[in-house]
Amino acid sequence: MKITIGATVTEAGSSVRNKTGGWRNMRPVTDLAKCKRCGICIIVCPDAVISMKTREEGPKTDYDYCKGCGICANECPFKAIEMQQEER
Amino acid sequence: MNEESLFASGHTACAGCGATIALRLLLAAAGKNTIVCQVTGCMEVVSTGYPNTAWKVPYIHVAFENAAAVASGVDAALKAKGEREGKNIIALGGDGGTYDIGLQALSGMLERGHDVLYVCYDNEAYMNTGIQRSSATPYGASTTTSPPGKFSIGEDTPKKPLAEIVAAHRPSYVATASVGYYQDFQTKVKKALSKKGPSFILVYTPCPTGWRTPSEKTMEIAKLAVDTGYLILWEMENGDRNTLKVTKMPPKPRKPVEEYLKIQGRFRHLMNKPEELKKIQELVDAECKRYGIE
Repeated sequence: MKITIGATVTEAGSSVRNKTGGWRNMRPVTDLAKCKRCGICIIVCPDAVISMKTREEGPKTDYDYCKGCGICANECPFKAIEMQQEER
Repeated sequence: MNEESLFASGHTACAGCGATIALRLLLAAAGKNTIVCQVTGCMEVVSTGYPNTAWKVPYIHVAFENAAAVASGVDAALKAKGEREGKNIIALGGDGGTYDIGLQALSGMLERGHDVLYVCYDNEAYMNTGIQRSSATPYGASTTTSPPGKFSIGEDTPKKPLAEIVAAHRPSYVATASVGYYQDFQTKVKKALSKKGPSFILVYTPCPTGWRTPSEKTMEIAKLAVDTGYLILWEMENGDRNTLKVTKMPPKPRKPVEEYLKIQGRFRHLMNKPEELKKIQELVDAECKRYGIE
């Protein structure tokens, strides 16, 4: 690995190379029928893994990075997210 | 993955970390024309493991004590070059780097009147090095350097009133916030950045690892702290104490502080000590009374 002068990092947001999804014990699964697309889960996720492109599609969780903390499920006002045991 | 987030996925914070939520909210409110100067601490360690970074804004990591000093320098340099307009400068520190180690640099920044927003994320101990007490650790909390036992009830001094110490410098803006009430926090960030001169926000961020709480309860605890009056959300503008107001009133009647304490492992040893619980409730009541909360 070549070390830059002053150990400067020039690529923004390059931490996405760390796939932190392997930490997960519990998997959040969103029931899109119960989901009202309020977007609270997107705001409260510490790992920025939930995104919503269109209302039809609904919120999508990126399991490559989700650590399974369960904040989304706990904060969902409509109880649309369920934490399920991760199986590997 | 949420591409819009200015704080990228793949950082190595613990699951359920409250401080990373605070950073994401902070950057979402400040926008991409922001320069961040951050001290050593949890959020620096988890976001900048060389050669990667979770930041999508210009970022400099400095020593444990001098985020405020470096941010002052960034402000002065940009002013000298005539490039200060349209940029936000944010200094970031944890409670260790602000309450204890960085206090004099912060005081200097406030006194010199630099146009910088200092944000302190407060998780009430030195979490990244292994949960040692700081001067932000509240009365009764168990940490590795204030362990409860036969002759100890855990931390034996109350928390330092940092936001009030900052308010005594009469900055352009000073406020306390909680990640639990994120709209209130983001409004305060925008307000602070809209003002010329130094501003300070103390944001309360639960730490599942250090507080021994379930990872999914982070936001719930941050809200409970406000609803029990344990944490008072207030703001003061233009260094004028007449503008001081509480921005989020706890419900009437206030929830008992025991509700907030009992879900945290760091207060577990107090649960069979009613006299200590009464003492903490009295401390909270006295503080609420000072701010005109029933």
